[in-house]
Amino acid sequence: MILEIYSFSSLTEAIDTALNNSMAPWLATLTELVIIGIVFLSFYALLGLFLVYLERKVCAVMQNRIGPNRVGKWGLLQTIADLIKLLMKELIPIKNADQFLFNLAPYIVIAASFMAMAALPFAKGLQAIDLNVGLFYIMAVSSLGVVGILIAGWSSNSKYSLVGAMRSGAQIISYELSVGLSLLSIVIFTGSLQLSDIVASQADGWWIFKGHIPAFFAFVIYLVAGTAEINRGPFDLAEAESELTAGFHTEYSGIKFAFFFLAEYINMFIVAAVAATVFFGGWMPLHIGNWQGFNAVMDYIPSIIWFFGKTFFIIYLIMWFKWTFPRLRIDQLLTLEWKYLLPLNLINTVIIAFIVLMGWYF
Amino acid sequence: MSKDVVTNIILRDDEDYIINMGPQHPSTHGVLRLEVCLNGETVKYVVPHIGYIHRGIEKMCEYDTYKQIIHLTDRMDYLSAHMNNEAVSLLVENALGIEVPERVKYIRAALNELNRIASHHLWWSAFGMDLGALTTFFYGLRDREKILDIFDESFGSRLLHSFVTPGGLMHDVHPNFRKNIMEFVKYFRKKLPEYKKLLTDNIIFQNRTKGIGVMTKETAIAFGVTGPSGRGSGFSCDVRKIAPYGIYDQLEFNEVLYTNGDSFDRYMVRMDEMVESMNLLEQIVDKMPEGTEFTAKMKPIVKLPEGEYFQRVETARGELDVFVVSDGKKHPYRMRFRSPNFSNMFTLNILGRGLKIADLVAISGSLDLVIPDIDR
Amino acid sequence: MEKNMDLTALLAKIAPQGEVVQGNQFPELTVSAEQLFETAEKLKNCKEMPFDFLLDLTAVDFETKFTVVYHLESTKTHDVVVLRTDLPDRNHAEVETVSGLWPAAEFMEREVFDLFGIRFKNHHDLRRLFMEDDYGHPLRKDFKDDINLIEYPN
Repeated sequence: MILEIYSFSSLTEAIDTALNNSMAPWLATLTELVIIGIVFLSFYALLGLFLVYLERKVCAVMQNRIGPNRVGKWGLLQTIADLIKLLMKELIPIKNADQFLFNLAPYIVIAASFMAMAALPFAKGLQAIDLNVGLFYIMAVSSLGVVGILIAGWSSNSKYSLVGAMRSGAQIISYELSVGLSLLSIVIFTGSLQLSDIVASQADGWWIFKGHIPAFFAFVIYLVAGTAEINRGPFDLAEAESELTAGFHTEYSGIKFAFFFLAEYINMFIVAAVAATVFFGGWMPLHIGNWQGFNAVMDYIPSIIWFFGKTFFIIYLIMWFKWTFPRLRIDQLLTLEWKYLLPLNLINTVIIAFIVLMGWYF
Repeated sequence: MSKDVVTNIILRDDEDYIINMGPQHPSTHGVLRLEVCLNGETVKYVVPHIGYIHRGIEKMCEYDTYKQIIHLTDRMDYLSAHMNNEAVSLLVENALGIEVPERVKYIRAALNELNRIASHHLWWSAFGMDLGALTTFFYGLRDREKILDIFDESFGSRLLHSFVTPGGLMHDVHPNFRKNIMEFVKYFRKKLPEYKKLLTDNIIFQNRTKGIGVMTKETAIAFGVTGPSGRGSGFSCDVRKIAPYGIYDQLEFNEVLYTNGDSFDRYMVRMDEMVESMNLLEQIVDKMPEGTEFTAKMKPIVKLPEGEYFQRVETARGELDVFVVSDGKKHPYRMRFRSPNFSNMFTLNILGRGLKIADLVAISGSLDLVIPDIDR
Repeated sequence: MEKNMDLTALLAKIAPQGEVVQGNQFPELTVSAEQLFETAEKLKNCKEMPFDFLLDLTAVDFETKFTVVYHLESTKTHDVVVLRTDLPDRNHAEVETVSGLWPAAEFMEREVFDLFGIRFKNHHDLRRLFMEDDYGHPLRKDFKDDINLIEYPN
């Protein structure tokens, strides 16, 4: 098992005890909520900035370029400069737009991605809330974002936005099925929707190795469907630049646009983090069966590094195919889901259920 | 007229959902406005509206001398500036019966083929962008830069050269010209397979282009679609073959023909043309005579004899025809450019009808439109 | 040259009333505006070499008359002929459309209409192509734009 010195439980418990000793229990709970909120907000903002920077660097590598390299060391401050620019930009009001919904939409999108992050286990003992239906909660909350996208497209009073929003709606409703089913196949293995249980069940090996080919297959489907769900290339039809100028956020400017932008990157992080947790053992180090020596060495690497390492590996995969593939067409996108991914996924789930029934896994 | 040639007649309906693509739109490559009527995602019809960059080049030509006109032709199809220059130059030379030196003909052909490859580079880059593959842009521009460097070294400009004049060239090319071309051909022969790996072999790309925007040979001829777009439909229309000019009748090359007429075939024609152009460049460099002469003897003021003149030239996008009516003065009485893009563009309504918005973008990309050439 | 002699003979056969000349590049056939459509149809459906590719359609303003010029190519033999018609009435210049024969003509005719003001009968969508509706016809020799055009010294 992972070394106790790397566990965050002692830190969180110490804070909890100190607060409870110094104030009334309800006040202590409230203070904890505020602290967690602030920590998550700042983590959210920093993560967003870093992901944008990472995307620009990865894209530059793919395209024989250097990428941002002027502001700060290796251009590290470039995204901060961009953020300041976006903050200072004028928010252009749209004539005949539904002002209330127009302003509401970015907040729905960003709130959805923010809520999903709450349930992620970042490291041993570092999880804001460990729901017994954690996986279900993340899926449910993260797909709320499409409501914001639909509202944005509808209220913009722009034809391009509306087409983009409709595309996004059709896309997310379809691909939600594949995401759910591929995650379900691992839930069949673990028998629990609780994320801490799922991580704990991979102590003797990650599901992608333990679950034979069906688990790997489920991972591939999850990656494809997850990319489609966050509207990233090659499934970025909702904002298809060459067709719809900018899709659902054509009419947004300044910080409201930045909210959509930020939410998109955080959603990518969530998709990658869920994949890392469910298929690659989350913060669990690489353990192979009974190899005590090997497992002990792996345990010396802190769990938070394991989690972020896996997550960023999957993020790199997602970026990789965004920058090398052309975009699909809307009918091809729906054909891929309804005619190929969904039936294959159903068969895959049945096979996994059969494997579990017969006990043919490690 | 044969039956599969569809006409352009449009019936409007009050409940049509009409989107204006352009004049400022990322995929129209300039100030073209497409009035697109949609039924959901499906295109019902397309009405192109042009004239946003109409500069009246034909009218301006009536006030300019033939040597001045050269500089206007650059601004039509700016990606095949050399071919445009050469069209006017050839017309003047043929009208006056001037024989330009052999070396000039070879240099002109070399410039033509370099310009053709550079133009196809930019088309390939932008076509990938139209389909959402953003990386192609940088691969295409990386290689295009090598050609622009050759241009830059020889005549100091990269896009609008105005280098070919009636009677020859503006001045001699750089001594490294021949060596640079050899180096470029060697370099690009290695790089072209990358294009195939990155885009041509991609399964999404093939699904997006195969069977999309099918133009039959009859439609291509009826609408006068020339150049690679026409040859993708099996319409043999390479002016270098059917009405050779310059040195082309002494060079060996194949006219690239594909017969399906879909976006993918138009794409493949251009990819193969780049190879053909490289073969041509190698022959030209081998055969090019040594020397320093770069122009025939010309009077300072060119006056064409009274009459009508017509010159056909193959540009990177199709057939450019120059039609001049001269009244014996130093200005043309009437100058007319039949630009390839003009005819190619109006097939959009026929090719795009009944397909999706994304297909319309792919088709307009595969036709390789340059808007200033349409408007002139 | 021999081939061109054949072409001129062919043209003479197709349009007996027309005037056939061997120009400096291509054989040229001049017909009256009334006969234009009939001649064009015959050329398009000519058995020996169907002139199915409309290379160019344009007009020239000769101050006393307009001349509409059609360059036709046969995609079979790659021969080019010039068909032309004179329109002496500058204010009511009108000629039958050939857009039914060659769809390419539809837009070239719109361009000619825009720049010269020559009307094409039975054209189903004769709108201006480049200019605004109240602008003059700039390629006419008597066109004057007092605001924008710089007067060139001759």
